Amino acid sequence: MYTETVMDHFRNPRNVGSIENPDGVGQVGNAKCGDIMKIYLKINNDIVEDAKFETFGCGSAIASSSMATELIKGKSINEAVELSNKAVVEALGGLPPVKIHCSVLAEQAIKSALYDYAQKNNKVIKGLENYKPEDEEVSCH
Amino acid sequence: MSRKIYLDNAATTRVKKEVIDEMRSYFDEMYGNPSSQLYELGRKSKEAIENARHTVAEFINADDKELYFTAGGTESDNWAIKGVAFANKKKGNHIITTKIEHHAVIHTCEYLEKFGFETTYLDVDKHGMIDLEQLKSSIRPETILISVMYANNEIGTIQPIEKIGEIAHEHGIIFHTDAVQALGGVRINVKKQHIDLMSMSAHKVGGPKGIGGMYIRKGVKIDNFIHGGGQERGKRAGTEGVQNIVGFGKAIELVQRDFDEHVEKLTAMRNKLIEGITSNIPDIVLNGHPTARLPNNVNFSYRYVEGESILLLLDMEGISASSGSACTSGSLDPSHVLLATGLDHGTAHGSIRFTLSEETTEEDIDFVIETMKKIIEKLRKISPLNK
Repeated sequence: MYTETVMDHFRNPRNVGSIENPDGVGQVGNAKCGDIMKIYLKINNDIVEDAKFETFGCGSAIASSSMATELIKGKSINEAVELSNKAVVEALGGLPPVKIHCSVLAEQAIKSALYDYAQKNNKVIKGLENYKPEDEEVSCH
Repeated sequence: MSRKIYLDNAATTRVKKEVIDEMRSYFDEMYGNPSSQLYELGRKSKEAIENARHTVAEFINADDKELYFTAGGTESDNWAIKGVAFANKKKGNHIITTKIEHHAVIHTCEYLEKFGFETTYLDVDKHGMIDLEQLKSSIRPETILISVMYANNEIGTIQPIEKIGEIAHEHGIIFHTDAVQALGGVRINVKKQHIDLMSMSAHKVGGPKGIGGMYIRKGVKIDNFIHGGGQERGKRAGTEGVQNIVGFGKAIELVQRDFDEHVEKLTAMRNKLIEGITSNIPDIVLNGHPTARLPNNVNFSYRYVEGESILLLLDMEGISASSGSACTSGSLDPSHVLLATGLDHGTAHGSIRFTLSEETTEEDIDFVIETMKKIIEKLRKISPLNK
């Protein structure tokens, strides 16, 4: 049901854990729906130097978090904010249709962490001007 | 990684070798149509069916004429509920069942609601047990059927069937029980337990898939289910799956032969697994009843982690199990059974069911405990919830 890349990222997830004194933190999802993603970012000169995640969820939620954090590491905040769920799915070699919401959650978690960084630093990130974290909570898939 | 431990025997079981041996000749040697009574080939098939019927009927203390073969547990549940509802609709339109029934019962009741029938779904306590007082107070003059599963497929809780039967009969109400999971794990005596209708399935007890049975107590008013020829005394038409019926009969013969030893062994193994998980993994909830539970059922919720992730990691170690998580069912919500016992959604998502068989060994149990400990630790490290 899952591709080899998904299974690889599920078995050996990259970037698991938290960051002490993170520059941005974002959490989306809820336990009722069965998945929660929390992303921690370390940002220097508007570059994502490090990204870590903690996820409660199914195999594809863990794999999506792992892949999404990999995809934004080393990127500028303007590049990171453009990460789409589609890019996560493609990088994973595809997800079953019922699991697409996991990639959406990963995209939202990263946007939420970037928004947190922008708020804390009085910055405006292109694409997040009208972002409201509470609106981005995806409803149960 | 060659080790394979199958612990999903509530989903289905391996067909026993003796069962396959018994079935084999009914494919290419004794292939006659049991309705063709004028030649030996047909008579042999008929005889094989009647022998199997006797074996199954005797096992549940029914008369042979009260035992009908169906395509499985789901068909039997459909027949029992629709058959009683339509045959007794002049008497009433009310059905009582529970919130933890198999979907074969719940969805059938929901279907009947379109035809003007009303259903009361009884609550269960945290152990999955119904409340007999709530049952009594739910009975109305127009109640025609009480359907309560004998033992639950997910959490293994065994209901007080005899008491439910007594209550039903005191009020002149027909009592159906879905005994698909109970068959082979508990002693069933339909006469003593006041059961009017009972659903059974072969593939949960080492028999083939696609064959089940229904006990219909003599005198119970129920519509015929499959209309056609005169098979199964006209109640369930269609050429009989002779080889499957033979397989069902043989499976029950083996269950009967080894019953006490089997239950004793499974219970010990089940308790070992429950104790092992309890003493090795913190923050867990045992789902189901501590004692009134099927001898092969172990179901825990592991807080802060999700069931599908656990199943994937178990599979990598060669262990097959199942989960009540929504992620594994393709539905929005976790198991209706776990929610009915009062578990919150988050905890319900982290449930894993192991169901043992006579093939399960002590070494398997040790390996599962050790593996679960590692898996839960790994996933909890990834989870944001227990920080």
